[in-house]
Amino acid sequence: MSGTFVGMPAFPEAAHEAVHNTTLRGNLRHATHTIRAKRANAVAEVSDWAALREAGKQIKDHTLRHLDRYLVQLEESVTAAGGTVHWAADADEANRIVTYLVKATGESEVVKVKSMATQEIGLNEALEAEGIRAYETDLAELIVQLGNDRPSHILVPAIHRNRGEIRDIFAREMSEWGRPAPEGLTDTPAELAEAARLHLREKFLRAKVGVSGANFMVAETGTLVVVESEGNGRMCLTLPETLISVVGIEKIVPTWRDLEVFLQTLPRSSTAERMNPYTSTWTGTTDDDGPQTFHLVLIDNGRTDTLADEVGRQALRCIRCSACLNVCPVYERAGGHAYGSVYPGPIGAILSPQLRGTGSEIDSSLPYASSLCGACYEVCPVAIDIPEVLVHLRERVAQGGPVTERGGKVVLKPAKGHAAERAAMRAARWAFSHPGALRAGQRLASRTRRFHPRTLPGPGRAWSASRDLPALPPEPFRDWWQRTNGGRTDGGREGTK
Amino acid sequence: MRVALFLTCVNDTLYPDTGRAVVKLLTRLGVDVDFPMGQTCCGQAHYNTGYRHEAEPLARKFSDVFREYEAIVTPSGSCGAMVRELYPRMGERARAEGRGDGLARTLAPVVPKTYELTEFLVDVLGVTDVGAYYPHKVTYHPTCHGLRSLGLGERPRRLLQAVKGLELVELPGADECCGFGGTFAVKNPDVSAAMGADKVRNAESTGAEVLCAADNSCLMHLGGTMTRLRTDLRPVHIAEILASTEEEPLV
Repeated sequence: MSGTFVGMPAFPEAAHEAVHNTTLRGNLRHATHTIRAKRANAVAEVSDWAALREAGKQIKDHTLRHLDRYLVQLEESVTAAGGTVHWAADADEANRIVTYLVKATGESEVVKVKSMATQEIGLNEALEAEGIRAYETDLAELIVQLGNDRPSHILVPAIHRNRGEIRDIFAREMSEWGRPAPEGLTDTPAELAEAARLHLREKFLRAKVGVSGANFMVAETGTLVVVESEGNGRMCLTLPETLISVVGIEKIVPTWRDLEVFLQTLPRSSTAERMNPYTSTWTGTTDDDGPQTFHLVLIDNGRTDTLADEVGRQALRCIRCSACLNVCPVYERAGGHAYGSVYPGPIGAILSPQLRGTGSEIDSSLPYASSLCGACYEVCPVAIDIPEVLVHLRERVAQGGPVTERGGKVVLKPAKGHAAERAAMRAARWAFSHPGALRAGQRLASRTRRFHPRTLPGPGRAWSASRDLPALPPEPFRDWWQRTNGGRTDGGREGTK
Repeated sequence: MRVALFLTCVNDTLYPDTGRAVVKLLTRLGVDVDFPMGQTCCGQAHYNTGYRHEAEPLARKFSDVFREYEAIVTPSGSCGAMVRELYPRMGERARAEGRGDGLARTLAPVVPKTYELTEFLVDVLGVTDVGAYYPHKVTYHPTCHGLRSLGLGERPRRLLQAVKGLELVELPGADECCGFGGTFAVKNPDVSAAMGADKVRNAESTGAEVLCAADNSCLMHLGGTMTRLRTDLRPVHIAEILASTEEEPLV
């Protein structure tokens, strides 16, 4: 994935700052709670939501099961429609291909429609290194790019910014990238939108090359689909002479008919809209209309390895709606940056450690970045059981085990720093397997309760830093049960109340 | 009806009052309660922290201890969900790993017989008015596993509404996680504490004296947060409220 995130600290450290940043917490809380309520209403309007959710899950599972077949069909359809398909095994290869394609046009600027895939591979940085400037045209992406910032949400990359911050970024940075912000710009939404419109319009009219992602690719016709709210994406897709679409291989649906399901579930889950304001579809090239050259770069970048994992593969069903982020109490407090990836929130916590492996500090901490409350699973429109995958990945981190890396089976060792925990878990299992030992421990704890410290050493310190420990009772329940014969006698001693 | 109380290791060790309340309540409703002394822990902490293989012997032990009973009642949505939702999954995984049907067959008998307390009262005994008296203002936090894994729905609220003297007030953001999450509370202390503080402040805003839930682990985290934030709220397990009567009120 993008070099931007290399060397990220583990999630708990990264989240520490966000939790104590009151502006950020306020921005996130306001935004996620607003969209959360709207989504619930938009979903409640549809009487067959459960059936749509199941259908989306089934279509995606079917497609993933036969991905090899559908990818070949897609390549044939795209080629027949006048496009060219390129295959990229990883981020470097994808970046090399796109850079080569842009250079071949002789241009040194491209306009981009918001694309997770190009962020995942770090395309903008790769192009920059080759002297090509990529302009983000999605409003939120523009804010992030101008702010020299990183996206913190799948759908609303600038969710962590408020209007005042955006005004300051526009006023300070727009002139560096093109048309400056108007004098005396205020933070009213209309003025901010107009400033962005004027700034971007110049880019659209000048650009000869567009770079896009896609929400879906239809195998039977070779059609690509982008859904968006602003129309900036459609400008990128239709105005340039050359269009390069960079898409993950899992984004296929077999037929147009399958789109029907997702064009209902995606907008309601993401923006709480009944339908996207703009749904653009393009198939190869058409004489005298739209781009005259079309390239499709299909990226793997860890996806077939993920597909090889029986439990984890369901993450590839994801349609990037971000409902799981908006409902997640952990995301709401930690913010998107703490996840160290373009895929934050619950879906990021299961996607990143699979696409990138669990080798780094951040990736091995992500499966634990959840309280397993299950809200993400409940809202997911393709029914990804995120808690199940989190626990599965925790096992991989804590215990090691077989995984697929670059197509080959390897056996991972447990991640560092879990030895004490492993020993504690084993000891607890032993004690719980021997009720007598458990009871002796309980009694010892109860009898020494007057000497228990208010704060704990070691890992327990994290608990007692912000919460008091419960006081131990004078006797465990099982002793009371035995002493009183299940409360039938008073046992000759005062109760513990 | 021969019913076993599966108290859970946390309640056994830290919250015996909850255990006594369940015994008192069920006995009052005519249920013959037994507490099998061989019980320990369902293995949830092991399973959810990524030590599935350490959880398996505990699941087998659970089945050995409880399989002969007609029903198994637990005052914990979370541990109830472990048995009902995750034991079958453990069996499936063992099968998928080529270890045969043994584990699935061992665990199968206890799965459908395990009930969270409020489920048992409403679904099996068919009561919502358990004859309780508790003259306090109470707000209810539906814990995540009770809410989403077991689907307890309105059962706890219906039981509370039938309690004489009790004023039930709605908790804002009720279905949001309190931030406990087992080892999450220790592995991600900042986020966990922030979630807990928000939950306590929401409960405080209702003017309730008592924050009630059906899981003492969540209440342990919230209770520790309450004393640290110096609120007047008290955490009380729903079993203790339902066990309280005019003759023997819970203080």
